[in-house]
Amino acid sequence: MELLVPEIGLVIFQTIAFLLLMFVLAKFAWKPVLAAIKQREHDIDEALNKAELAKQEMVRLAAQNEESMKEARAERDLILKEAKALKDSIVNEAKSQAQTEGAKLIEKAKIEIENQKKAALAELKDQVSTLSIDIAERVLRNQLTDKAKQQDLVAGLLKDVELN
Amino acid sequence: MDCSHVFDFKVNRLIVVFTLFLALFSVTPSLYAQEDTLKTTSAAHAEPEAEKKFNIGKFALHHVADSHSWHVIGDYYIGLPVILYTQVGFVTFNSGDFLHDDEAKVVVERYGQRFVKMHEKIYYASATANEHGQYADLDEAHHVKNARPLDISITKNTCTLLLSIVVILAVFLKVANSYKKNAGKSPKGIQSWIEPIIIFVRDDIAKPNLGHKYERFMPYLLTVFFFIWFNNMLGLVPFLPGGANLTGNTAVTVVLALLTLILTVTNGNKYYWRHIFAPDVPWWLYIVLVPVEIIGIFTKPIALAIRLFANITAGHILGLALIGLVFVFNSIYVAPVSIAFALFINVIELLVAFIQAFIFTILSALFIGMAIEEHH
Repeated sequence: MELLVPEIGLVIFQTIAFLLLMFVLAKFAWKPVLAAIKQREHDIDEALNKAELAKQEMVRLAAQNEESMKEARAERDLILKEAKALKDSIVNEAKSQAQTEGAKLIEKAKIEIENQKKAALAELKDQVSTLSIDIAERVLRNQLTDKAKQQDLVAGLLKDVELN
Repeated sequence: MDCSHVFDFKVNRLIVVFTLFLALFSVTPSLYAQEDTLKTTSAAHAEPEAEKKFNIGKFALHHVADSHSWHVIGDYYIGLPVILYTQVGFVTFNSGDFLHDDEAKVVVERYGQRFVKMHEKIYYASATANEHGQYADLDEAHHVKNARPLDISITKNTCTLLLSIVVILAVFLKVANSYKKNAGKSPKGIQSWIEPIIIFVRDDIAKPNLGHKYERFMPYLLTVFFFIWFNNMLGLVPFLPGGANLTGNTAVTVVLALLTLILTVTNGNKYYWRHIFAPDVPWWLYIVLVPVEIIGIFTKPIALAIRLFANITAGHILGLALIGLVFVFNSIYVAPVSIAFALFINVIELLVAFIQAFIFTILSALFIGMAIEEHH
């Protein structure tokens, strides 16, 4: 039972010593330590948050890159397609133009040939007629040397005329 | 900060000063031991053979109690200062003057006052000795009836108290200093040992029980936790400067519990007081409930004090009893078993040292938390 009864001396010492200890520790230990721990925790949280944000930003940037790559690829494809179409149209146009041009030339050539032919025929006719006249003249001159023959000729001519 | 450097400087000095302070107390061999042999030879003081037998209960209870001298080894004791407030004022002398008598047989006379020491308590001596040579009046139950002066001696427990405070200050001011040196860096050395415990007290004891107002009570909770823990551990050291049963002394536990009570009562809000004096029950139940609630204010800290005292004292008694078995059986062959069990108990006591500090702190936080809890 004696163990249970607190001794007044120790009660006094304990009270004074403990309170002093508490105040000294509160001022010189707990305050700076707790503040430092809190500050460090805050710093760690902040760093982690920042890392998380950076990660998100990275993901966002990667997505953005992917997007712009896709866009660029699509644009390239479009441009290529357009260019191809343009090329095709140009080629086709050129082809058709060439064709029409060729056709025109051929036509012209044909006309020219025709004209030349006509001119040649006309000339031929001219020459033939000239030659015929010449021949005729010579023949006539030859035949008309005698009177009978002149007569025959005239008769014959006349006969032809009548026949015509 | 300049002052903190001064303080740090002082911490190292503090340890030196404390050591010198202890060294000043004279180490004296117990003359009582020699006298004892003399007495046993004289027929008048011959004691019955039965009383000479080893009494394990007495042995254990003697060692868990406070003492005016500090047993070193064998018959050597450190005499501690005795400070008494008597009818003629303060009287001081060294406890060695009692020649380490604890049966009121040696009278110390100072300033015309005569004192005897019995069972580690100091009494005004009786004028004459009784038939056992004791200068004290005993009743049938062998309790001393003499008057006592106000005893504020530096006892073994007081010394341990001062020592533990020096140790705690040395450790925590060093830790605080390394926070200043290592600002913003990871903890180093002793700092990384203490920091998880501080965070444990903050996050697992203070925050869950005290809510957002926990910061106000952190100094008390941290101090009480480390004070109890360090002293529990010091008590487990079986030789000087440990071995005192400080946290197993009711004076210490009562003071700590009283501080919790004061913090609870002074911080109690209107909900706390309403719960005690005007609970939400029919008025006629108040006759029963209000007294119960008022008793409840005091039973909580009393339970705190008793729990800590009982656990630590029980641990000490258990260890002493196991070692005492060697002397009970009076055989060296019991020693291996005794030591094995004592070692086992000591390891458990290491755990108990922490657990009891934790329980005292968490219950203090809980009681304060209940008093400051806001109801919506």
